[in-house]
Amino acid sequence: MNNKMQILNLTAGFGDTKVLKNVTMDIPENKVVTIIGPSGCGKSTFVRCLDRLHEVIRGAWIKGKVLLDDSDIYMDDPIELRRRVGMVFQMPNPFPKSIYDNVAFGPKLNGIRNKKSLDKIVEESLKKAALWNGVNDRLKKNALSLSGGQQQRLCIARALAVEPEVILMDEPTSSLDPVASAKIEDLILDLKKRYTVVIVTHNMQQAARIGDFTAFFLLGKLIEYGETAQIFENPKDKKTEDYITGRFG
Amino acid sequence: MRFPNFFFYFRKSEGQDRIFQFFMGTVALISIIFLTLLLLYELIKGSMPSIQHFGYDFIFSTAWNPVKDEFGALPFIFGTFVSSLLALLIGVPICLGIAVYVTEIAPPKISAFISPLIELLAAIPSVIIGLWGIFVFAPFVRDYISHFLIKYLGFLPLFEGPGYGLSMLTAGMVLAIMIIPIVSSISREALLAVPVLQKEAALALGATRFEAMIQVILPYARGAIFGAVILGLGRAIGETMAVTMVIGNRPQISSSILHPGYTMAAVIANEFTEATANIYLASLIEIGLILFVISVIVNAIARFITWKYLRIQEN
Ligand SMILES: Nc1ncnc2c1ncn2[C@@H]1O[C@H](COP(=O)(O)OP(=O)(O)OP(=O)(O)O)[C@@H](O)[C@H]1O
Ligand SMILES: [Mg+2]
Repeated sequence: MNNKMQILNLTAGFGDTKVLKNVTMDIPENKVVTIIGPSGCGKSTFVRCLDRLHEVIRGAWIKGKVLLDDSDIYMDDPIELRRRVGMVFQMPNPFPKSIYDNVAFGPKLNGIRNKKSLDKIVEESLKKAALWNGVNDRLKKNALSLSGGQQQRLCIARALAVEPEVILMDEPTSSLDPVASAKIEDLILDLKKRYTVVIVTHNMQQAARIGDFTAFFLLGKLIEYGETAQIFENPKDKKTEDYITGRFG
Repeated sequence: MRFPNFFFYFRKSEGQDRIFQFFMGTVALISIIFLTLLLLYELIKGSMPSIQHFGYDFIFSTAWNPVKDEFGALPFIFGTFVSSLLALLIGVPICLGIAVYVTEIAPPKISAFISPLIELLAAIPSVIIGLWGIFVFAPFVRDYISHFLIKYLGFLPLFEGPGYGLSMLTAGMVLAIMIIPIVSSISREALLAVPVLQKEAALALGATRFEAMIQVILPYARGAIFGAVILGLGRAIGETMAVTMVIGNRPQISSSILHPGYTMAAVIANEFTEATANIYLASLIEIGLILFVISVIVNAIARFITWKYLRIQEN
């Protein structure tokens, strides 16, 4: 099994507060890694460190190493990195532009101007995000006219359009209803054939359903990390067990 | 029972509040409408001799000859619009630069320092800015800017010589400074109202900070920024003192911005005391009427736009 990313002694925070403490873990290629843990334990901060979005917040700092294909992402250009590592946020955040322009945004940044190539990328990305059939006749409509679940799938399509290698998702279904969530879950299982996926979730059942590996964070520390089945059925750490059995959190 | 009692009391007081609010709102609205109508009435009454004598021609006539009792408002309308547009052309890019710098680029400590400083500009009496315009801007425009423009772009009617110190361009520059506080502070608010998630969405797709600003943040805020610009236009149209000190006060329509001009506000301020003839006075008041109507419309549009967009962004 190949490691797509490796996190080594990652410590990060804002100003005087330390949010992540000495996290070390590997992210295997073409797998879904789920991140669980109580609110405020640093899950969002963790995934934001993986595409260097953490550092755009004022006062944010970071120590340690993050490797992508064995090279240190903090040594390279963040712009280049973010094209290889995509992000889907907790709240659907389409641009107030047309559906087409939302998906074409990233490819255009990459210098693709040719209308035919753009059309093709938009269609393929929307298909991968299981949204094409719903919207193919109204690509010029404003993206804000879509439902919440559709908007989130549009955001996934937008992230896929730049052909990333890794996709980070920060609670992508927490603002959606169960039907829309189930669709996104199916989509994630499909995505791992081509991509490496890291997904933060509050929902234990979801983590169990879609994760190949699961990491449990508590107060900024990585408490336990292993195969999802093992974490849920046979946790080694008492704190993990308490959390997944709902004794706190 | 205590709870329903309390509940009832609460509802009653809320009801009273609502009536009170409605009452005060109505009083305020009526007094504003009343004052506006009164002003309008006085202006129309005062300009009646001129309206009757010149009719619509007043607006399109370029004559301004108090000796022969010939009056027309066109040079002043022209001067007001050209100087205001110049102010926007010069001022708006500066304001956008300030707003972008303060919200996105400057370290928090520096922005906390810059914003109040710029708003302080608004507190400088306009006569002081006018003096500064006369002693600093006017010579600078005459000796350097107009020189340069005439040399390289003098073939365009817009930059035809000779270059004067007291000119449309100088007025535009002084006005540009005067609109900076309001336009930059509302633009700043508009940029701050853009959700962080919009910016992060762009960055996460591999946009640089510059690309995120140009392609996502500014377009998102463009409605409110447009409102801010119109508000600046309203400010520029009505400004009197500083403009009359630097525009040259010549009632002419010239294609060149390096030549002097005159504005509606300036001519009223300058000539009101000398207007002894009835028709002269009435003509000045009619210019005041035109100015009043234009500024009310421009400001109303601006307020409506900023209100609408900033409210949408907040939701
Ligand atoms: N911009 C910020 N400035 C300062 N502190 C922050 C900032 N963002 C987050 N924090 C703090 O960092 C800690 C971890 O936040 P983070 O968002 O990573 O947690 P989380 O595990 O994603 O929580 P949730 O499940 O609620 O999303 C929290 O204590 C939070 O208060
Ligand atoms: Mg979070």
